[in-house]
Amino acid sequence: MRDPMTPSLYRVDKVVRELPDTATLGLVPSGGDGPFSFRPGQFNMLYRFGMGEVPISISGDTLDRSRVVHTIRAVGSVSRALTELAPGDEVGLRGPFGSSWPVDEAAGHDVVIVTGGIGLAPLRPAIYHVLSNRGRYGRFVILYGARTPNDILFRSELESWRSRFDVDVLVTVDSAGREWGGNVGVVTRLVDRAGFDPLHTVALVCGPEVMMRFAIPALNGRGVPNGRIHVSMERNMKCAIGLCGHCQYGSYFVCKDGPVFPFARIATLFAVREA
Amino acid sequence: MGDIRDMGLLLKEHPFFQDMGKAARETIAGCGRNEVFEAGRYLFHEGGAADSFYLVRHGAVAVELHVPGKDPVVLETLHSGETVGWSWLIPPYKWSLDARAVELTRVVVLDAKCLRGKMEKECALAYELYKRFVPVMAGQLLAARFRLTDVYGNPER
Ligand SMILES: Cc1cc2nc3c(=O)[nH]c(=O)nc-3n(C[C@H](O)[C@H](O)[C@H](O)COP(=O)(O)OP(=O)(O)OC[C@H]3O[C@@H](n4cnc5c(N)ncnc54)[C@H](O)[C@@H]3O)c2cc1C
Ligand code: FES
Repeated sequence: MRDPMTPSLYRVDKVVRELPDTATLGLVPSGGDGPFSFRPGQFNMLYRFGMGEVPISISGDTLDRSRVVHTIRAVGSVSRALTELAPGDEVGLRGPFGSSWPVDEAAGHDVVIVTGGIGLAPLRPAIYHVLSNRGRYGRFVILYGARTPNDILFRSELESWRSRFDVDVLVTVDSAGREWGGNVGVVTRLVDRAGFDPLHTVALVCGPEVMMRFAIPALNGRGVPNGRIHVSMERNMKCAIGLCGHCQYGSYFVCKDGPVFPFARIATLFAVREA
Repeated sequence: MGDIRDMGLLLKEHPFFQDMGKAARETIAGCGRNEVFEAGRYLFHEGGAADSFYLVRHGAVAVELHVPGKDPVVLETLHSGETVGWSWLIPPYKWSLDARAVELTRVVVLDAKCLRGKMEKECALAYELYKRFVPVMAGQLLAARFRLTDVYGNPER
């Protein structure tokens, strides 16, 4: 069995410049690794040689095993260096790690996705899963917020999902010029307008923590209980296998017990202010 | 009389007034009228007298900030089931932003001068209205604070 602390060598096979600070990398094994499989919501540790290693969610389709896909936003030195990679460059990869979105548990329910900014990337595999198994779910609602129209991630994909007759996609931005004909306002206001049956809904929430703090009461306000709200948490990581304690969150380790948690499990922690 | 009854029904159908008692709703209905705004037409402009407020029945309204020499910035869009404007409640009763119909929009316009007069005389009516407007204001304040943190923005920006 492979040592989970030793990265495998992967080659950048494809780069999509999504936004000025965000890129999607398609990676293929350049060592002897076979096809990569993962569950929606899981993450890998990506190692930029000479710089460092960071956790990044897998943003591709679980059914496409030809490439491992990650969407990265440059916020600091390692994430920036990753977004600057070009086809042919190599990275180290460890994973997949962590818990996943409850896509099987959600079967038979309406599925409501509430997300903002780069938070759409960790949810994209769950979206692909629901779309490929559309008949197993009730209503499917995607609520997405971005800062401005120019900051909308996966814009053409959002547009194509919206053009299907079996998905409700509502996008909102914090502010816009007049040329934007869509919604303006905080993402949580979309929760009030979206059509779903709160008593039979599973909600998947991923975005900046402040956004989640607003989104969860909005979902509760519509009648979705904490037990059916799932959130993806982020904490700094080192080992990613539950050994070092870097990602400790109350009595949990985000790398092993998360990153996806049923909100009911962490609701009390969520209210606690960390230093 | 028939008109007031119809307006009473329109108010009853609108989420903002749905749970209001019949008597208060009928009083308010006396200050209401229907209006249609074609896409692009303004409901009101910054600095104008805030002598009305609007219940959106169908369509969408953009609340805009006019920026001299630049295109206006859209701060919020309001949709069917929502209300537009609360400057009519606060002296000096002037609009602080512009509001423009984004698409063909049907609204109920409530005459604020008429309502303010009735509210002065009937505290219960005033309470019913404040009870509905205060959460709208609180929601907008919270949303403004949310945006101030620029949550999606680059931490280095
Ligand atoms: C489970 C998990 C999944 C993740 N998935 C993704 C993903 O799919 N795509 C992606 O782009 N990022 C993702 N992240 C976040 C990513 O790991 C961090 O952005 C990265 O570790 C930052 O490292 P750095 O060296 O570039 O920046 P650092 O030097 O560590 O930080 C630079 C600056 O950025 C701030 N910062 C650090 N992390 C974040 C963050 N998450 N959000 C906003 N600001 C931050 C720091 O406070 C600091 O001010 C994920 C994190 C976790 C824990
Ligand atoms: S990163 Fe080491 S315990 Fe989670």
